Amino acid sequence: MQVKLRVRRFNPETDSESRIETYDVPADPMDRVLDLLHWVKWNVDGSLTFRRSCAHGICGSDAMLINGTNRLACKVLVREVGDQITVEPLRGLPVNKDLLVDMEPFFASYREVLPYLVNDDPAPDTERRQSQADRERFDDTTKCILCAACTTSCPVFWADDEYFGPAAIVNAHRFIFDSRDQGAAQRLTVLNDKEGVWRCRTTFNCTDACPRGIKVTQAIQEVKRALLFRKV
Amino acid sequence: MTQQHTFDVVIVGAGGAGLRAALESSRRGRTAVITKLYPTRSHTGAAQGGMCAALANVEEDNWEWHTFDTIKGGDYLVDQDAAEVMCREAIEAVYDLEHMGMPFNRTPDGKIDQRRFGGHTHHHGAGAVRRSCFAADRTGHMILQTLFQQNVKQGTTFFDEYYVLDLLRAPDDGRAAGVVAYELATGELHVFRAKSVVFCTGGYGKMFKITSNAHALTGDGPGVCYRRGVPMEDMEFFQFHPTGLYRLGVLLSEAARGEGGILRNSDGEAFMERYAPTIKDLAPRDMVSRAIYTEIREGRGAGPDGDYVYLDVSHLDPKVIDAKLPDITEFARTYLGVEPKKEGVPIVPTAHYAMGGIPTTVDAQVVGDAANTVIPGLFAAGECACVSVHGANRLGTNSLLDIVVFGKRAGVNAGEHAATVDHAELGEDPAGAVTRMLEDLAGHAEGERAAAIRLDLQVNMDDKAGVYRTETLLKEMEVELASLRERYARVWVQDTSRRYNTDLLEAVELGFLLDLAEALVVSARARTESRGGHFREDHPVRDDKNWLKHSLASRGDSGVKLDYKPVTMTRYEPMERKY
Repeated sequence: MQVKLRVRRFNPETDSESRIETYDVPADPMDRVLDLLHWVKWNVDGSLTFRRSCAHGICGSDAMLINGTNRLACKVLVREVGDQITVEPLRGLPVNKDLLVDMEPFFASYREVLPYLVNDDPAPDTERRQSQADRERFDDTTKCILCAACTTSCPVFWADDEYFGPAAIVNAHRFIFDSRDQGAAQRLTVLNDKEGVWRCRTTFNCTDACPRGIKVTQAIQEVKRALLFRKV
Repeated sequence: MTQQHTFDVVIVGAGGAGLRAALESSRRGRTAVITKLYPTRSHTGAAQGGMCAALANVEEDNWEWHTFDTIKGGDYLVDQDAAEVMCREAIEAVYDLEHMGMPFNRTPDGKIDQRRFGGHTHHHGAGAVRRSCFAADRTGHMILQTLFQQNVKQGTTFFDEYYVLDLLRAPDDGRAAGVVAYELATGELHVFRAKSVVFCTGGYGKMFKITSNAHALTGDGPGVCYRRGVPMEDMEFFQFHPTGLYRLGVLLSEAARGEGGILRNSDGEAFMERYAPTIKDLAPRDMVSRAIYTEIREGRGAGPDGDYVYLDVSHLDPKVIDAKLPDITEFARTYLGVEPKKEGVPIVPTAHYAMGGIPTTVDAQVVGDAANTVIPGLFAAGECACVSVHGANRLGTNSLLDIVVFGKRAGVNAGEHAATVDHAELGEDPAGAVTRMLEDLAGHAEGERAAAIRLDLQVNMDDKAGVYRTETLLKEMEVELASLRERYARVWVQDTSRRYNTDLLEAVELGFLLDLAEALVVSARARTESRGGHFREDHPVRDDKNWLKHSLASRGDSGVKLDYKPVTMTRYEPMERKY
């Protein structure tokens, strides 16, 4: 089959504004959208620029807007999106070139929420014990690959780039609900900020966008509840 | 404009080994981590099944059995002292990770859970043992995240999307003096002076077409070292993982078989019973990969072209699949449209892991010759290195173990080394060689794209230097490589912009792949025996009398020069490898 692939292009060295380029790409229904982008880069225009690495949905490099929805280009197949495909950079982050955006604001928010285990007790000689139920409590949010699909699908984040965004809250959740962690109070204070969890309007875009199937909105709600009752 | 930076330690690469090293070295000296990807994009994150350590949490085990399994699994090319270090320190390495917050799966009494994995046995081969510590089937993802989190906590200095293209060595004594990096965002070069340089850049599976490896895995670290006079050890040993998704090569973890999955041919037969009667589907990867190809060659492959077999987990409890194998079953659904709970998943062997690489001591110091002469200030750890703990065939889970144990050792030793020496003098124009290389690559107004040359490299490597090798095929591959090199000298980089020139990046990467492929093929052709992942149909038997030795490939003016060094033996006498 042939796919009409429309790609939003922009190189600030030469362009004053972005434009859509259209490519006719030979494709198989089982091809990934990433395969189509590679076909263009490797056969038509070597300057087409995007990030990718693992190509099977684990490294989080190639989140982009595909037919209006945030997806990983390596995890969406042609048969799911049809023969008219429009690919654009993630919204809400500065575009550096074509589909490649500046990830620094995203990682800056992530770093704000103390995304690491806090436990100042002396470590035991072996493992800290944790029940299977306690381990299960935060399982969902450990799946995050920091691809930014959720954060850049959030209308609140588009309007206010100071908002931490869903991904940072997911990574706070991962530790707040870990029975081994002692940093919840500190983290919740950060998230109680005016740019914190209360800005979430539960539009569920983030949950729909997550390529790992994380229940992002639910995680944010759980953090809000923890704030209200100050217990986890 | 070339910018200059000065650090005590520079770590190249931010996967598991680099991040583990950074935690240690940044406590001991000013450390920079330079990485061509954002750290969390590293391929450690794709590792699935687990990390073995003889915790004995669920059944009797000890690290000496683990050592034996590692040596036997590596077909006796393993340096036995190194295997002892790794298997002994595995236990502390797992507890360290747990203390950092690693979310391991748990037993009912709250300990770290463990499961079976290929080649890991109790009582020296008596039966499979539950040794692999895991977090569902995303253990590598969780290790990468945990180590990254700890680096965020520690405030490690990262240079993200900086691509190291040269190693600087002191003009007088050859010790490490720093590196030269290309900043992707701007196209500018940066010279990093350092007392210690640590390479942790991962593998080079992208020289093959069907591979589980990420696009980024182009052997940059070994390639840089090789061009600067460091020999490459045991390059002929490349692991083909038995279970890659048909056509794509995406990895389906051995954990599927550890949990009870079975390989079946077109007749539905569980054929591994014929090849490894004791541990069947949990035989080492090289043996299983050859068994799969034997089934296919003898007409028992499945599908319209009879060119794959099935990985069958449909008999497992669906709850076990959802809890312990969620990612890999989703890969089958997403990419092949197959429901693993109901039907077999089409699989073929996939190029997976480089046992060979930059030769090091157990302290992660790089050595420069067959006498194991240390190159001061130069370190390497992880897949890019060859300690050698994997010998001729790596056991499953030992790669995650390798990066954590030897990543830590590299960080400690690099930091301590830096505390005892001054910065080496840089030669004149330290960035000159990189400037010239980039100008050469970008200097053609037309020609053939890197992608076309790379595809021909990959297809030919699959055919001629894959699971089955012969003198004829390897000779053909040498000729092919000469032709690919000529084409590469005229490669066309279409993108002329400075910022994020990934077209230029791909051309540079291809150069490293070509160099390393040549080292691999020449080493493989010389080794006229079969051992572990290196199988010669014209020399099908292991030959300890002549070949119980490591190869060292150096880059000379007239091609690759080979040398050899002995395997370090402690107490394990080579014996026939049966399972």
